[in-house]
Amino acid sequence: MSAPVLRVQGLGKRYRIGGPAQRPGHLREALVDMVASPFRRLAAKRGTRAAQEEFWALRDVSFDVEQGEVLGIIGRNGADKSTALKIISRITPPTTGRIELRGRVGSLLEVGTGFHGDLTGRENVYLTGTILGMRRPEIDRKFDEIIAFAGVEAFIDTPVKRYSSGMYMRLAFAVAAHLATEILLVDEVMAVGDLEFQKKCLGKMDEVARGGRTVVFVSHNMAAMRRLCERGLLLERGRVAAAGPMAAVSDLYVRPGREQEEGARFNPRDRRGTGWARVTNMRILDEDKEPVAARPCDADLLVEVTIEVAGGAAAGSSLRGLVVELVVCSDDGQPLLSLMNVDDTGVALPDSRACRVLVRLPGPTLVPGRYGINVFVGIPFLQHVDEISEALAFGVLPPVEPWRPYDLHPSRGLICRKAEWSCSDVLSRAAPAAREAS
Amino acid sequence: MERAVPWVVIDAATGGGVVNLRELWHYRDLLYFLTWRDIAVRYKQTALGVLWAILQPLLSMVVFTIFLGRLAGVPSDGVPYPIFCYLGLLPWMYFSGAVARSGASVVGSANLLTRVYFPRVLVPLSATLSALVDFAIAFAVLGCLMGWYGIRPALSVVLLVPVAALTAVAATGIGMWLAALNVRYRDVQYAIPFLMQLWMFATPVVYPTSIVPERWRPLFALNPMTGIIEAYRAAVLGRPLDWSTLGVSALSAVLLAAVGAWQFHRMERTFADVV
Repeated sequence: MSAPVLRVQGLGKRYRIGGPAQRPGHLREALVDMVASPFRRLAAKRGTRAAQEEFWALRDVSFDVEQGEVLGIIGRNGADKSTALKIISRITPPTTGRIELRGRVGSLLEVGTGFHGDLTGRENVYLTGTILGMRRPEIDRKFDEIIAFAGVEAFIDTPVKRYSSGMYMRLAFAVAAHLATEILLVDEVMAVGDLEFQKKCLGKMDEVARGGRTVVFVSHNMAAMRRLCERGLLLERGRVAAAGPMAAVSDLYVRPGREQEEGARFNPRDRRGTGWARVTNMRILDEDKEPVAARPCDADLLVEVTIEVAGGAAAGSSLRGLVVELVVCSDDGQPLLSLMNVDDTGVALPDSRACRVLVRLPGPTLVPGRYGINVFVGIPFLQHVDEISEALAFGVLPPVEPWRPYDLHPSRGLICRKAEWSCSDVLSRAAPAAREAS
Repeated sequence: MERAVPWVVIDAATGGGVVNLRELWHYRDLLYFLTWRDIAVRYKQTALGVLWAILQPLLSMVVFTIFLGRLAGVPSDGVPYPIFCYLGLLPWMYFSGAVARSGASVVGSANLLTRVYFPRVLVPLSATLSALVDFAIAFAVLGCLMGWYGIRPALSVVLLVPVAALTAVAATGIGMWLAALNVRYRDVQYAIPFLMQLWMFATPVVYPTSIVPERWRPLFALNPMTGIIEAYRAAVLGRPLDWSTLGVSALSAVLLAAVGAWQFHRMERTFADVV
């Protein structure tokens, strides 16, 4: 067997995160901070490195990709799949490890990179093409094919800032999709444009995958990944959790049960809003009001949200009148359903500085798997007081009392309800009439 | 496939190392398109368009002629002050424009750098190359100006080609240095205009070298633009070249450029992480 086209050995990437963020709250503090920062930086140079926290985005990642193989890297948000691609495509250097590449690498990391609004479609095709590493004769050859694929023939000499966003994306993708490097890295490009174009993109990726090129895909779209990739690599917290045939690896990824391993911890990392009132905790509870990491699919989902007026807020501030919204999302961040306390079944917040809200979502609603909750506190359209994306992740386990003989699988939809079925025999009533006619 | 398949090894080395010339050659079309994009986009949606390339040096020249030439009576080595001054402003404006543009170029292309790999050198390089267009246009104005004053360019004007190349090299090297620094310390982008202004007065742009005391001249020549600008004047007006000044300035230009390029090369790998 020949040497692999892409060999990754012991890859690691470390980021330094600054110490606890010291964000100035007032202009005066901001000015003082501005004056002080050069001195602080000098002081930091003198060895007070303790303030910096280290964070390994990738650790000890090794894998080989053979000529013509199609590898899919999967893993949930924050598993740093994209960091891996960025290192392979030489955008950012690794901290440890080594990568050997036998061939040119082309990457479709972000569609539309390099497009300039003032330039025409034609000019942008050439500009982006060369940015992606194509030579001019190569683009000349493929030019007609590219614009035909994007379906923008009529507008090719119009500045792209006059394009609709759909046309823009289509043209951008078309250029990237016609890249003819030996190794192709693709990150979530299937998610552009309308449904029809997405189908076309997938078709193109199919063609690329089957065309004997070496391709590395990163995507959340499990169905597409299963179809496109023969081999899979599951990354979990920057490490390789599993590698092997895609079907097996992706089963592992969506396998219910693993959810319990990771606690449902409140995570306010991605937070926005004025902040005078804040969500200070969120938990998933079982029927005994004990915090849990996952609930069976057929049980009611209990979410407890603690909201408090911040210490610095004006005296007399109260939570009354605030709207609380929970948005349940799929593991890849797709919003699934929204729950609000101003619904008919909702509850108004009390005239106090802190409260605990309990939300009961009757089961079965969600198919076994992993989900997240975004929380919003404020007055819709007027004031964002506190908004946290992915504030809480939790698992849904297989039902305790299954109501169907087959597994509930995310590939058949993330929502599960018990529907009422009925049937009336149409054919036998129609049958006599049919007989009369003949 | 049109070329031999290259082997690339990516490891944790912290920068420096050899420059991949084959790769640079492969990306030559990109240099062309980046430069061309800069030029095509520069005067888009302006009312005066490319006239700006003429107006800037011309109006500066008028201002300096009034204040320095007429009011302050700065000598101009026996040439009409407007011609003298314009001959200094022409290379200076190219130099300072190119340095400013390439200095800001890497940070300005942050969205490209964090998404695609290509040789990073092309970014500051295309910035200095695109500034050459303004330079060429301003040159045409020089022709008219000299015609107006009835001065015929000397044959030695061909010397401008190597001297202009030297200007470009100096501007690119210094621009690369500042571009790399700017990635880490945004202070640089605020410092560049100021630096350029100071530098201009340390260079014989609006005054002749002859008013600098003799004993300071060797030090004065260490400024790469000193020799270069004097060479422009000498070449166009057909006066004897001060080879020793030009030599010192050229050497210092090449050295500065080399240091700048080396610094850039040392830091370019981490641009995407820091920018």
